[in-house]
Amino acid sequence: MLQSLWENRVPVAAVVLFAVGFTTLLLHRNLLKKIIGLNIMDTAAYLFLTSLGYIAGRKPPIITDGNTDPSAYVNPLPAGLVLTGIVVSVSVTALMLALTVRLYERYHTLDLDQIYLMAKDEEEEKR
Amino acid sequence: MKKQTKPKLSERLRTWDAGSFDLTEAIDPDPPVPVTEYDLRAEDLPPLARLGDRQVRGFRRIYPWLAAILAAVLVTILLSAVLDLPPYGAAENPPHNEVMERYVARGLAETGAVNTVSGVILDYRAFDTLGESHVLYTAATAVLVLLLSASGGRDEPPSVRRIMEGDPILRNTARVVVPIVLLFGVYVILNGHLGPGGGFAGGAILGGGLILYVIAFGFEPMEKLISGRVYRRGITAALCFYSGAKCYSFFCGANHLETIFQNGTPGAILSAGLILPLNIAVGLIVALTMYGFYSMFQRGRI
Repeated sequence: MLQSLWENRVPVAAVVLFAVGFTTLLLHRNLLKKIIGLNIMDTAAYLFLTSLGYIAGRKPPIITDGNTDPSAYVNPLPAGLVLTGIVVSVSVTALMLALTVRLYERYHTLDLDQIYLMAKDEEEEKR
Repeated sequence: MKKQTKPKLSERLRTWDAGSFDLTEAIDPDPPVPVTEYDLRAEDLPPLARLGDRQVRGFRRIYPWLAAILAAVLVTILLSAVLDLPPYGAAENPPHNEVMERYVARGLAETGAVNTVSGVILDYRAFDTLGESHVLYTAATAVLVLLLSASGGRDEPPSVRRIMEGDPILRNTARVVVPIVLLFGVYVILNGHLGPGGGFAGGAILGGGLILYVIAFGFEPMEKLISGRVYRRGITAALCFYSGAKCYSFFCGANHLETIFQNGTPGAILSAGLILPLNIAVGLIVALTMYGFYSMFQRGRI
């Protein structure tokens, strides 16, 4: 089993990175740190995707010498998919940060528990 | 009613010289003005003391353990999945099928792009990239909506940034670095079909250069280059060009009709058909969006 894990060490690293991001997301009450955790999870997904496209001993798919033999290059497709993912994660991060700014302007804190308590109080007041 | 300033600051205001105050005020920006009635009441009970709420305290006690167990279970599942993966880096792995062979073998002849990844994302799968640009555009619009109404015309820049603006080290460094960064960004955009690079990477570099300039010299000089109107028109024009060009190329190119965009000699700067103009459009969108994000977060408008 250890042998197999060592052979697949890059996907294992991606899993570990994903776990780091996931625990950051869960254990921190600060909204900014939660967003950082989500970004680490994004990075883990990219690492996993790019590792799927790697073929040992081959060159990147940039054809400078006119050699179009597919057995000379790594897979170009995961790189394109990761590019898409990066742009989406940038957009999502910006959106989350904007929502965090709005929350901070309303409650003057980034602590999720305090925001929860204040929101609960507000609802009780409405009743 | 205005919320009381923090006791620390007011205490110091009473006892210290007025002259020694610039730094303190600069580090501690004006306390936010309360917007709801709730804020006034929250002052009587500081939020930290209110964490005595029984429900939250009980939840807090078991939550870390639950989270740790959940993370451990997740890692175990993922690792057992990794055990079933084919060996890393082997040429016979399932992702390396006829799609990849086709892209590499015919990509140079069909798209004219030396960089196969550029050929894939901006020619074979250009609709995907078009959707991606629209995601970026939608996110920028959403951030604009959220922060415009939030700031309520907060034009005065935060004090921390005012210190940074006058900083001679930052200014002189920016004077040297910004032109190089911008030039490199343009190079990466224009080089997208010839080597590593492209609209997304180059646009991010350009946006970073613009942000560095704004941090060092303030928004006023930048207004001459990128005002709100230039931002909106630039992004919309680039997106419209992208959509139109891709409709055209899918209609003409995919049906093997003659297009006015020839592939040219692979390796020349003016080659690869539509990829170069599309890279420029994408780079424009990304650079403007990056700068727009910074501007909206920093001062609530573009």
